[in-house]
Amino acid sequence: MIESLTQNMITSDPWLILLVVVPLLSAPVCILLRSGTAAWSVATAVAWSVLAIALYLLNTVMESGTMIYRIGGWDAPWGIEYRLDAMGAFVVVIVAAIGAVVMPYAKQSVAAEIPAERHYLFYAMILLNLSGLLGIAVTGDAFNLFVFLEISSLSTYVLVSLGSDRRALTAAYRYLIMGTLGATFYIIGVGLMYQMTGSLNIADLATIMPAVAETRTILAAMAFLTVGISLKIALFPLHTWLPNAYTFAPSVVTIFIAATATKVAVYILLRIVFTVFGQVDIFDHFPIQPVMMGMAIAAMFLASLSAIWQENVKRMMAYSSVAQIGYMVLGVALATESGLTGSIVHLFNHAIMKGAAFMAIGAIVFATGAVTLKDLEGIGRRMPLTMAAFVVAGLSLIGVPLTVGFVSKWQLVSASLELNMWPLAALILLSSLLAIIYVWRIFEVAYLRQPHITEHGPKTVPLSMLIPTWILALAGIFFGANATLTLNIAHAAARQLMGGL
Amino acid sequence: MADFSDLFGLVTYWVAIVLMMIGFYVVIAQGNLIKKVVGLNIFQVSVFVFYISMGKIDGGSAPILDEAVKIYSNPLPHVLILTAIVVGVATTALALALVVRINRAYGTIEEDAIQAIEHDEEDLA
Repeated sequence: MIESLTQNMITSDPWLILLVVVPLLSAPVCILLRSGTAAWSVATAVAWSVLAIALYLLNTVMESGTMIYRIGGWDAPWGIEYRLDAMGAFVVVIVAAIGAVVMPYAKQSVAAEIPAERHYLFYAMILLNLSGLLGIAVTGDAFNLFVFLEISSLSTYVLVSLGSDRRALTAAYRYLIMGTLGATFYIIGVGLMYQMTGSLNIADLATIMPAVAETRTILAAMAFLTVGISLKIALFPLHTWLPNAYTFAPSVVTIFIAATATKVAVYILLRIVFTVFGQVDIFDHFPIQPVMMGMAIAAMFLASLSAIWQENVKRMMAYSSVAQIGYMVLGVALATESGLTGSIVHLFNHAIMKGAAFMAIGAIVFATGAVTLKDLEGIGRRMPLTMAAFVVAGLSLIGVPLTVGFVSKWQLVSASLELNMWPLAALILLSSLLAIIYVWRIFEVAYLRQPHITEHGPKTVPLSMLIPTWILALAGIFFGANATLTLNIAHAAARQLMGGL
Repeated sequence: MADFSDLFGLVTYWVAIVLMMIGFYVVIAQGNLIKKVVGLNIFQVSVFVFYISMGKIDGGSAPILDEAVKIYSNPLPHVLILTAIVVGVATTALALALVVRINRAYGTIEEDAIQAIEHDEEDLA
């Protein structure tokens, strides 16, 4: 059985494990260096090397299929194997790319927001976080996935708590409680699956699952896994930890986790539903589809409505993230090839647009120190380049043609029309109208109001922050106008997921 | 009588479920941040009990190869739970560190009091 699984695969490519090991080992190096600048240099070098490895892996996977690495030379399912397919490789590239773009930006932003004696610890934490998120995407073992989930989560709690406002502490605490509950639910689910199958290897679980799928134990496992992962995704109504965590975390942390953490959690959901339970008709045994669809639609509308009423722009974007997560989960709930393609491509597109939006906000925080709508009056005239990047990201959130947001919404709308679910297509378009309202509120304040007259204007935003912001903003236009590449990868990933393995 | 033997045979699972519910309830219902961490710990320990009882086989010995031994317990869940215990300890340490800093910043670790303070700040901003 194992032999048939490993056919047509590259075995034991060491880059697969280096992808995780390099950032993991660099984190303690940062702590030993005890210097903010040195730690930043290490983190930046590592982030860019990780991106290079990630691109190489994506290229190899797209050309020659799934890659595996057997840790310690032990064959699966006895040993832990790392396994990378199109879906995993795409997520790895998203995480690595955001990491690489964020690092140059981090230098000045971190210097302005975090006390200097904590800088090296900050970079150690962000490297741990990076390695945890990448590990989740490459591992082929359900329990190993839990370990990486906790590495990334614990480092995120620390990063959030570094925010300068004291509310960052309570936000981190609440996130810790909710996140740990979610992760513990996940291992309960894995334990119940192990009880029935005797395996933790994801590919092996998939082959054994049909024999035991009808048992109550597996149904309970599925329930625990769904709830646990939904907590990590921040799927409505389990999203309550997210708005405060995004609002009070340091700007760099908000950019990084908003663009990666929830995406990786969606990846776990896809992995469980479509790989572990891929050969079982899970939707017949378990009413996961209507539940997820209901939650997704509720997220799209209620979170967007909450976003409209926010005065703090960071919190507004956080609620908008909860709404966008609704679109991703909606594609998963459709459970068709084009629905999944929409979901997967939206992981990438949302990472780009939210990354750009939070980078622009971070630059405004750097220049003026404030992020409420009142503080932003006339900011479009005082910081034209930064605000222009925000405008691109905002248009993408609405889903205007030629931006990445349009690509994912178009894909999701056509996926629902394929299933003749035209009310769903209408709901997707209707919820975009809500996005227009909250994005317009920012545009109106920034461009149509008189700037406050102050003695000294906003600080000049350094190029090291402006260039990464514009890289993401332009990527948002580039991949919006030429969506073929990303759609092809997402489609290949969706096809692999729907095909079981 | 068969029902009773089921009940006693599964006693560790019942313990796990009861602990799980107690822990979960404490996390949700307690307003004191330290007590929430205690609840979280009980919740995690229930999972440890669950995994450990999963690997134990009646009459099974420790998995050390020996000709006299016929039945071995499954060591894998036990090893997994060692990892989970480490994760649990790290989580607890981090949570307690956060509570210490929250206490310094707010002067209280009662959720109601903190929420009231935060609510006032929101109105000012």
